[in-house]
Amino acid sequence: MNFVGLFNYWIVMVLMMIGFYIVIAQGNLVKKLVGLTLFQTSVFIMYITMGKIEGATAPILVEGEALYSNPLPHVLILTAIVVGIATTALGLALVVRIKESYDSIEEDEINRKDQEC
Amino acid sequence: MELIINMGLLSMLAMTAIAIVRIKDLFAVAMLAGIYGLISASFFVMMDAVDVAFTEASVGAGISTLLMLTTLAITGRFEKADKKSRTRFALPLVLLTGALLIYGTLDMPSFGAADSPVQEHVAPRYLNDSAQEIGIPNVVTSVLASYRAFDTFGEVIVIFTAGVGVLALLMRTDLPPISSVKNTASMEEHMVLRIVAKMLIPLILLFGLYVQFHGEYGPGGGFQAGVIFASAFFLYAMLYGMNAARKVIDSSLVQVLAALGVLIYGTTGVVAMLSGKNFLDYSVFSEDPVHAQHLGILFIELGVGLTVATVMIIIFFTFSGRSQVEGERD
Amino acid sequence: MLAHLPVLHVIIPMMAAPACLILRRRDLVWFVALAATLMSFAVSIGLLLQVLESGPISYEFGGWEAPWGIEYRIDLLNAPLLLLVSGISAVALFAARKSIEAEIPKDRHALFYIAWLLCMAGLLGILATGDAFNVFVFLEISSLSAYTLIALGKNRKALWASYQYLIAGTIGATFILIGIGLMYMMTGTLNMADLSERLPEVSSSRTVFTAFAFFIVGVCLKLALFPLHVWLPNAYAYAPSVVTAFLAATATKVAVYILIRFKYGIFGFDFAFSSLPLQSIFLTLGLAGIFVASIAAIFQDNLKKLLAYSSVAQIGYLIVGLGLANETGLMATLLHMLNHGLMKGALFLALAAIVYRLGEAKLSEMHGLASRMPWTMAAFLIGGLSLIGVPLTVGFVSKWYLVTAALEHDWWPVAGLILLGSVVSVIYVWKVVEVVYFKAANERTAEVREAPLSILAPTWVLVAANLYFGINTELTVGITRMAAVSIFGGL
Repeated sequence: MNFVGLFNYWIVMVLMMIGFYIVIAQGNLVKKLVGLTLFQTSVFIMYITMGKIEGATAPILVEGEALYSNPLPHVLILTAIVVGIATTALGLALVVRIKESYDSIEEDEINRKDQEC
Repeated sequence: MELIINMGLLSMLAMTAIAIVRIKDLFAVAMLAGIYGLISASFFVMMDAVDVAFTEASVGAGISTLLMLTTLAITGRFEKADKKSRTRFALPLVLLTGALLIYGTLDMPSFGAADSPVQEHVAPRYLNDSAQEIGIPNVVTSVLASYRAFDTFGEVIVIFTAGVGVLALLMRTDLPPISSVKNTASMEEHMVLRIVAKMLIPLILLFGLYVQFHGEYGPGGGFQAGVIFASAFFLYAMLYGMNAARKVIDSSLVQVLAALGVLIYGTTGVVAMLSGKNFLDYSVFSEDPVHAQHLGILFIELGVGLTVATVMIIIFFTFSGRSQVEGERD
Repeated sequence: MLAHLPVLHVIIPMMAAPACLILRRRDLVWFVALAATLMSFAVSIGLLLQVLESGPISYEFGGWEAPWGIEYRIDLLNAPLLLLVSGISAVALFAARKSIEAEIPKDRHALFYIAWLLCMAGLLGILATGDAFNVFVFLEISSLSAYTLIALGKNRKALWASYQYLIAGTIGATFILIGIGLMYMMTGTLNMADLSERLPEVSSSRTVFTAFAFFIVGVCLKLALFPLHVWLPNAYAYAPSVVTAFLAATATKVAVYILIRFKYGIFGFDFAFSSLPLQSIFLTLGLAGIFVASIAAIFQDNLKKLLAYSSVAQIGYLIVGLGLANETGLMATLLHMLNHGLMKGALFLALAAIVYRLGEAKLSEMHGLASRMPWTMAAFLIGGLSLIGVPLTVGFVSKWYLVTAALEHDWWPVAGLILLGSVVSVIYVWKVVEVVYFKAANERTAEVREAPLSILAPTWVLVAANLYFGINTELTVGITRMAAVSIFGGL
């Protein structure tokens, strides 16, 4: 087994799962969104890691340089980062409105208030 | 050496993530999330992804943290203690998902290999031929703005959608007229800060323009430029108060500009269509194919920059407008 | 312009949306949105005709050939769905003008139509694209605008439902992103056709298995397969009524399309069914979904929620069709995607009419409503019969092929359970019919008048479609059969 070659990926998988855990295990609505950001950022790290070549440089063409890392994952993740911030912004806007109408941002309190009426 | 830095950054990420799980003070959580973004940006630099690092630093550590703090000002700072029942259900699920992911890594090409499928199919064309086909040094910009320009159009639409969504949820039509409210700025009394900021703001704007037009040669481009440009306005609003900022920025004009950015991007594609080429085929702009690519990229980056800057401004000011009204009600 | 048809249906709403933000005036915005939607619809008709005449069409963005550039690919599988999405969108948007007057504050109307256009553009983009990452981008366009549309519902529960949908949807999208990333890692490409050629070489690897698993789970979260459906009932119940009509008829179908496209078109039939016990998973979850959700529907008082649970049950039928894993089963699923779109569109628009008059659609407050709103309730009745699967409606046609597919395997118990599912749906439809037709009007319903024509007319357009395609099955059955044959034969 290629221990050194996969070690990076394993850490990234652990990071993803910490983010995923926050999303499903925590009841605070803002914290859930933080978890979502963590989860997504870790997936970005996975993408970027796979584009790297040992000893290469950033994909900006320079005279005399021959080895560049793969630019395609970079492009994809640029798009994905924008998608991520768009989701966070919309999610936070929802949280503000939920706070205004339920006076709480805790999952169980909101569920309880919903059942009362 | 590189290996040690990588390991160091990755373990810092892990520590930050664990701290976020445990800490109940949401202000600290938001700051830690910003730090997480910053460390991952550093990691991206190590991975040669300079454009991505630039964006992650401005979004993950900048905009996203700012929005979270603004939200927390409205919703309150502390979260309640965890419920055991939820943990009991979440933990096995997460462990199962994680185990599947680790299982999946076992057949992965090893890290940094130059002969993995990712390096041998599709990508070589970008690295080898983009110099002749597009003629700009930054290959990321070539792919982003020409080969996969339609994805980027989608990206602009996504950010536009977020702007529309935030407006639909939080827009207030009943904000009191500017003159009638006392102008309160969170850092108004800090004279030194205000003067330093006043000198900084033109520099930030200038830097934004530089990033906008330098994206073909170095890291940067419309998206990063838009975020930087918008941040100058955020700084102004924080130091001189929302009302002063609202005087500078007319909200309906900002909305028109946001729409205009999308339209510039789309029209660049439609012009190509009307001239008989496919959507976003830049070759219609000039006889010389490389020059045509330059022009096309210039147009669409302009659209990206305009929409990103204005939507960021819309989002920030809509959030702040909401918290301002909250404050008055209390 | 004929050469540009494959992209025009997406480009038109994508350009109309920002234009609407500049126009601002809500009547004008409504008009532009409707015009753009109708144009998309016309383009979709043109595309279907082109595909029928000359086979799949490919369109390369920026003139860059795939797999380096992004390509759109229209074939028999997605062309009918383009027609469904743009068609339902046009019909529901026509009804929206009157319907949202009662449900959404006036200063939000323009933004509502803009979000609607973006949502439609996103859904159409997912259907048309031939690039795996492009699917993710357009999925997010449609999702973000859908969260916005749902949150505009007048009850505060709409906000909470929208937030829960946002969390579930983003987890789903991130799983899909992981799946796409792992596929890319093993093949080096994002183009779907290219992926399908390169995946078989590495299909035995554990990484591809994980990619497949994550992708499927992510999509199943998006399409609300039982037991990942928890976000759906509240989202549909508290969204503005026309939004429910639009999303219920289209959004989950588009997710099912992604599932079919990747499962058959990219991973290939053999891989999809040999590496995971997917056939039995789909059959079990599909059938469980049919019964659990149908029984939950029986106990609902809020009609929108009742139909939302019924949607979860209908998704069960779609998945059972896939689980049967034969040509007829796939065809039944494709057919039911179109047919279910038509019936849920009609039913939810009828509810929009009721909500417009009553303020909400609570069964306990609808005594004798049929005498006051005869046309609305007749539309609801026909939609309900279609849902059950009574002959002469579209529901019958798709159930017929589904049962046939089960019998081709000689799986009598499965066929029996499908029919039993219909019996359960009789119960909840009857529950409504009993209250509105056979109870005397109470003081609340006594003053109600028939819904305005601008909501009634679009409802009846869809009701007519339910009957027309139920009697004249040649077109829909013909196209879906050709699509199923091409998928099974071509790969």
